[in-house]
This record gives sequence, structure tokens and C-alpha cells, in this order.
Amino acid sequence: MIATVAVNWAAVEPILPELLLITIGVLLIGCDLFLPRQRQLLPWLTVIGCLTTLAMILGSRPTVAFGGMFLADGYAMVFKTICLGSVILSVLMSEHFCRVIGLRQGEYYSLMLFSLVGMLLMASAGDLMVLYLGLELMALPIYALVGLHKREQRTSEAAIKYFLMGSFGSALLLFGMSMVYGLTGTTEIARIAELIGSRQLVANPALLAGLGLLLAGFCFKVAVAPFHLWTPDVYEGAPTIVTAFMSVGPKAAGFAIFGRVLFVGLPELHGHWGPVLAVLALLTMAVGNITALCQQSLKRMLAYSAIAHAGYALLGLLAGTAEGMAATMTYLMVYLFMNIGAFAILMLLATPDAPCESIDDCKGLASRNPVAAALMLVFLFSLTGIPPTGGFIGKFYLLKAAFIAGYPLTVVGAVLFSAISAFFYLRVVRFMYMEAPQQTATLQFSPGMRAALGLCLLGVLGLGLFPGSLLNWTVSAFSGM
Amino acid sequence: MSIPLLSTLIFFPVLGGLSLLIVPRQQTATIRLMALFVSLVELLLTLPVVLLFDKTTARMQFTELHPWISTLNINYSLGIDGISILFLLLTALITLLSVLVSWEAIHDKVQEFFVALLLLEGAMMGVFCATDFFLFYIFWEAMLIPMFLIIGIWGGPNRIYATIKFFLYTLVGSLLMLVGIILLYQNGGHTFDILKLAGQNYSLKLQLILFWAFFAAFAVKVPMWPVHTWLPDAHTEAPAAGSVILAGVLIKMGAYGFLRFSLPILPEATQQMLVPMLVLSVIAIVYGAIICLAQTDLKRLIAYSSVSHMGFVTLGLFALNQRGLEGAILQMINHGVVTGALFLAIGMIYERTHTREISAYGGLATTMPVFAGFFLLFTLAAVGLPGTNGFIGEFLILLGGFERAPWAAVVAASGLILGAWYMLWLYQRIFFNEVSTSLHGLTQLNLREILTLTPMVVLIFWIGLYPNALLGFLHVSVGHLLDQVNGVGLAGPVLPPVNLP
Repeated sequence: MIATVAVNWAAVEPILPELLLITIGVLLIGCDLFLPRQRQLLPWLTVIGCLTTLAMILGSRPTVAFGGMFLADGYAMVFKTICLGSVILSVLMSEHFCRVIGLRQGEYYSLMLFSLVGMLLMASAGDLMVLYLGLELMALPIYALVGLHKREQRTSEAAIKYFLMGSFGSALLLFGMSMVYGLTGTTEIARIAELIGSRQLVANPALLAGLGLLLAGFCFKVAVAPFHLWTPDVYEGAPTIVTAFMSVGPKAAGFAIFGRVLFVGLPELHGHWGPVLAVLALLTMAVGNITALCQQSLKRMLAYSAIAHAGYALLGLLAGTAEGMAATMTYLMVYLFMNIGAFAILMLLATPDAPCESIDDCKGLASRNPVAAALMLVFLFSLTGIPPTGGFIGKFYLLKAAFIAGYPLTVVGAVLFSAISAFFYLRVVRFMYMEAPQQTATLQFSPGMRAALGLCLLGVLGLGLFPGSLLNWTVSAFSGM
Repeated sequence: MSIPLLSTLIFFPVLGGLSLLIVPRQQTATIRLMALFVSLVELLLTLPVVLLFDKTTARMQFTELHPWISTLNINYSLGIDGISILFLLLTALITLLSVLVSWEAIHDKVQEFFVALLLLEGAMMGVFCATDFFLFYIFWEAMLIPMFLIIGIWGGPNRIYATIKFFLYTLVGSLLMLVGIILLYQNGGHTFDILKLAGQNYSLKLQLILFWAFFAAFAVKVPMWPVHTWLPDAHTEAPAAGSVILAGVLIKMGAYGFLRFSLPILPEATQQMLVPMLVLSVIAIVYGAIICLAQTDLKRLIAYSSVSHMGFVTLGLFALNQRGLEGAILQMINHGVVTGALFLAIGMIYERTHTREISAYGGLATTMPVFAGFFLLFTLAAVGLPGTNGFIGEFLILLGGFERAPWAAVVAASGLILGAWYMLWLYQRIFFNEVSTSLHGLTQLNLREILTLTPMVVLIFWIGLYPNALLGFLHVSVGHLLDQVNGVGLAGPVLPPVNLP
């Protein structure tokens, strides 16, 4: 409790990174208004702000702040790194892409930063209230980001759809939280577990109903079938850069709260949520991978592939073990690089008159630009899960965790769906390398794009060849929770 | 250990391949020469391994061990024994010849081709050197990417269908093996070290589950009947170098997998599943040979003959005795040499005529006599004429098979007769008869092509006349493997190793 009027700086210290980001967000709006000629500096300012925040977060000691409402622990650190990474990579690519499709850049970066603050809060949420606050803070700017491209009809549709569905998901989540609160009398996640134990609420039907609503709400947020129906349209309608960002950052933040509530708040109910999530994971992989098979739009295909990847990431969660959660974190980290990398190539191909979205646009990319094709090849093989890429390590770790936790059939299912996924990823490779090019326009690599692609490649291959330190980090992050 | 020889073998071609990327794309001549240089040096690098190899022990040699992913107890551990060493030689040789045969055949995306080829070589070396199951799996799967590209980009008209089929078949099998690996890890003391995984007493039920999980990966790769259907397509559509590597090395890995993993780790399951495996082998031998008789496509015929020949290999493997196993390993090398040579030869003729239809040929012996001579030698070796290497391998396999299950050997022997039938008939249709009008004025083999084929001829006779050069590497390791398999129950007749001249 902060009783005095004077700001207690020591108490604020844990949220300094978030405060810094908010400051920079406001600064960006100011720059945009008063220094319109210096607009090309905005992305770099954003990147520098994010990097500083990243350094602050990585350098901070684990602390509990605001009476357990805000947890700056190792778990939060991993997820914050992923969210910051998604913003940094997206922003690096933004300048190029926004110029190509004629998107106003001013408020774009500040919206991204405000959303990022929401994600960071979610990762650190130790209380259901903070969790919800973060969630809404994350979601509101994204609704705007999705609809930012005003001249295009699809984006408005996507924004409305996302807003309605997102609100519905939030409502479910709130409903679930209120039931849990009603039974336990607390919103502090760690206390919920204690109270469930001491009051013997494990078999209480109202708690189970609350759990069901929470699961539904979380599944909405991370786009797990059958709550995924908004995803393809929104991902397809949003500007590609926003899609790239959305498919990684908010999803990781969603998994952060998902994991925190299940592992810290409701571990005693693992017997209930484990099998339910196993079924949902299989369903998600089935829907994502099988529907992706017949997409003609590359963007929509990647949207479905993002759904499928949420299914894989669930494997670690449903295991209910420390190793499982560590595997999910590892996977999301790898997913950050490979998914944004794949979207980056998509953006690279876009031109002002033709936003590259169809698979046909990839035809003959290897002849047009061998480097871009090779990069896309690496990202796609990583998404498929073929060694020596990071995608394989991540997937292997997930499979192993779920298998050892006692879900062998789910693992076999996951393996088969991942073989199916190879088909549509390979289709893109085939179009790039084995068909004649349809367009001849040369590709422009902006410096930001180069940096982003380089980072993605480094991430995918580096984590594939030397995953040891990442695995150690995620394992220790979880055990410190 | 002073010099990490095996790591060098794995990473030299990888680095060599990546260094090709520095050369500007237009300088294809430089790229070709560099690829040739890298693959030649790689072959020379195998020499110290062969010379320093100690034939008197079954232990892993040239071992390297570094912790890699300590959280999961995964090590970068390498080592070779008598079983794997021969495959290193084969891989280096086949890759070198593949570079030579692609010299003029590949004229589009030259840089990418040689990079893919050399990366593939590194991964293949890794498969044969890895003694950590996880590391093995990494190399095993990593091979898929370059091979997928080689078939898909530089292959024949139907290449896309073929390469996707190849990729998906292999991937499904491999992923099932991955689940098996996790199961083994869970039950085998949380390690991926294949030496520690062997010799533990797993329950029979577990062994059987694992056996079929591994079978999914290895049988697809061999390929055993009925999961062989990707092979004819892949072989047929691949460019000459791709076919040579597929036939020469890639499909050996399935059998190698059985040898390295299924047999020593799952001895009881292996013995339980002996009869089904023998039946599948015999079906592959006879079925593959009969299908060959109906082929009208040159490469497709050789591809089906591979199915038949690999049937012999698995027959020898699952005979589970010294002769059978040694024969099987020798036959793998032989098949790599002979079928590799046949695909090299077909690649050369295809470059000139651009057709694979057998009916388009005829009288080639008149127009290209030197080529006809080479092809005749390869044909005879494929048929298993005494004096050539094919004879030794098949003879040992049949001998071993007869000791284990006479019925299998009897049926398998009919495959030899069918083999002679389709190969000699093929030779007749292509090289004899009237000279086909389209074949007039073909250029003779040039020096590069003769140099490509000559090592194969030398090997055919060398192994054929002095098989102990290779068998000498095998005796101890195979004996050790048999001890592992027979350590429990069913003591197979222990026979002294055959000493052929």
C-alpha cells in the first residue's frame, strides 16, 4: 500500500521498464505531432526504447511488488523477452512495409508500445485484476492497429470482428474469474491455490464451471480451436505487419497468463484441465493443419499455421509439469523468430499495387532473389519442425514433455499432424524453387528489414544448433515461479 | 585424441558447401571445381580413419564426446565401429562421383545444387558417426532437406510429385521413430547414448512397441515392401546425382538403422519379429524382381531392382547369424557401388538422348562401344556373376538365410534367377538389336565420364575377388552385435566367420 502522497520510488522500481515504455509511447506521439519531418526516426526510437527495456528487464532481480500483484520473476522475464522480441522485430520491418502499403506511421508505433506494456503486465500478473488489466491494455491498441489501414475494406471488417470476438472472450474470462473469486474470496493467483486446497473446493461444480469459462477465455486469446474462428479473418484482414506481430506477441502473452493461472492458481485441478486441453490441442492441430492444406492465400495459410502452432504450444501446458511449461516457453521463443521471419518474406514481396498474399506470388522466388528464398526455406522448414532448425528442438521438447507426463496418444497425434503440415509448408518451397517466376520486380531490402531477417535467421539456426542455454533458462525460470 | 577425425569428416563438407556461397553465382566453373575439390579432400580424409582403424575390437573408435544439451542429457557423441566405417568410405566415394556426374548435367542454379550436395554429404557422414540417438535423429532428418531440393529442383518432369512423396513418406516414418526415441529415453534411464541404451532389459511389450516405431522409419528408408512405393518415383525423377546418392547411400541408412538400433537395443523383439521380417524381405525380393520385368522406363527398372536387392539385405540382416549379417552389410556396399554405377551410366546416356524409355534405345553397343563395355560389367555385377562383388554378398546372405530359415532362402534364390532375366533382357534391348535411328551420332564417353566409372569397375572386381578387404572390418563388430542379439534365449548357431579368399 502506498499511503503517502510522495511517490515511493523504491516501490515503483519493478515497473520501471513498463513506465519507460509508456513514456516513450507518449514521446512518439509528440514527435509525430511536432516533428513531422523527422518521422523516419520513429521506428529507431521505438527499437532503442524496447532494447533499453529489454536490458532493464534482463538485468532486474526477481521481485514481488505491489503486494503480490506484480511479479517480476524469471517466468515473466522469459515471456517479456518474447513479447519485446516480437515488437522489436516487427518495428524493424515496419518502416519498409508501411511505406509500401501507404500506412500512416505516426500513431502506429505508439499503439504498438502501449500494447506491449499490456503484454508485459500480463506476463507479470500475480493477480487476476492485473491480469485482466494487462489483457485489455494489450487488446485495445491492437483493435486499432488491425483497422489502421482505413482505405481497405477488409481491415475494417477484421477490426470489428476482432473487437467483438475479443470482447466476448474477455467476458467469458471475467465470468470465470468472478466464479473463482466468489468461491475463494481472493483474486491473488497464488492464494487461490491455497484456498482451493484448504477449503476442499477441488470437486466443487461451481469451481469447475469457473475453470471451464477461464479455459474458454484463454483459448479465445491464444486462438485454440474451437475458439479460433476469429483468427483467420482477422489475420488475413489486418496489415501483414500487424498480423506478424499479433501472431506472436499477444499469443505469447496469452500463454503467459494461461500458464500462470493454471500452474500457480489451479494446479490441483490438473486432472480436469489436462485432458480437456489434450483434446483441444489435438483439435487445434487438426483444424489448423488440415485447413491450411487448401489455402490459396499465403497469408491465410500462415494464419492457420499459427493456429496449429498454438496447438503444439498447448502440449507443454497440458502436461502440467515444470518441464512442460519450460517446453512451451522454449517453443514460443523459437516461434517468435520463425513465424515473424516467414511473415517478413511475405512483406518483402509486397509492392504498392500488389500486396503479396497469394502463394502464386512466391513462384520462382529462388530465381528472383536467392537470398530471400533461402531465408524463407529455413523459416518454413523450422515451422515444419525439421532439424537442424530451432523449430525441431522446440517441438521435440514439447513432445517429450507431454509424452513423459502421460499423454502418449496426444503426442502421436501431434506427430502425425506435423507430418501433414509438411505438405503445405513444402508447397511454398516448391513454388519458390520449382516454378518459373511470374514477376520480375527486384526486392528492396531496407536496413531495418535486413536487421530483422538477420535476427530471425540467427534465432532459428542458433536455437536449433545451440539450444542448451535457452532450455536451461526456461527450466530455471519456471522453477523460480 | 588429438584431431577430431569424425567431426572433420562431418563438418568439412558442410563448411566446404557453405564456402561455395562466397563465389559469385555466374562463375559456375569455379563452383564446380571447388565442389570437386571439397569432395575429393573428403574422400582423402577418410583414409586416415581407415588406416588407423583397429579391426580387432568391437568398441567404438575415434570417439568424441561433448555435452550438447545438458538439460536433456544430450551429447554430441561420435564413434565408429566395423559396421559404420565402410559406409563412411562409400558416402565419400559416391558423393565425389555425384559431383563428377553433375558436371554438365546441372546447368541451372549450379551454386545451390553443389551446396545442397555437400550439405547432404555432411549429414550422411553424421548419420553413420553419431552414437547419440538424438544426434542421429538430427542428421537423419537434416538429410531430408537437401535431398528434397535436389529431386524437386533438378529432377525430371514429374519431380514435384516424386519429391513430396519422398519427403512425406520419410517424415511420417521418422516422426514415429521420434516418439519411439522419447519412449526409449523414458524407459532407458534418461539417456540418448546408444551404447547405454543397449543391453538393458526392457520388457518384451515395450520392445515390441519400440520395434514397430523404429520399423516405421527404417523400413520406409530401406525401403521394405509394402512401404517402398516412394522409391521408384524418387529414383526415376531425381537427377543422376540424386539417384546415385539415393541408391548408393540414403537407402542403406534404413538397414543401418536396423543394425545400429533395432538389433542391439531390442534383441527379444527382433527375435520375435524374425519371421514377419523374413517374409517381408522375401516378398520384396520376388515382387521387386517381377515388377522389373514389366518396366518400360530405364531408371524405374533399376529402382525396382533396388527394392529386390534391398530385400536381400534385410533377409541377411534378419537371418541373425554371422554370415547373413556380414553378407547383408557387404551387399549394402555392393548395391551402393553397382546400382550407383548403373545410375551414373544411365545419367550419362540420358544427357545425350534425353529419354529414359527402354524402347527408344537399341543397338547402343554399335554407337557407344566403350559405354556398352562398362554397362555390361555393371549388369553382370548386378546379376551376381561370380568374380564380381554381387556374387559374394548374395551368396553369404543366402547361406545365412538358409541356416536360419531354409524356405526363405529357397524363395529368395528365385530372385536371383529373375534378376538375371530382367537385367540381361534390359541389356539386350538397349545395346543389341537394330541401331535405333535416334541414337546415331552420339558422342563417345569423355575422359571425365570414364574417370567417373572406372573406380566402380575397380571396386566391383576388388570386392569380388578379395572380399576380405571389407569383411575384415566386419568380423569382430558383427560378432559383438550377434552376442548382443543372442544374449537372451535362442542361441543361434554360432558359426566361424567364412574365410573367403
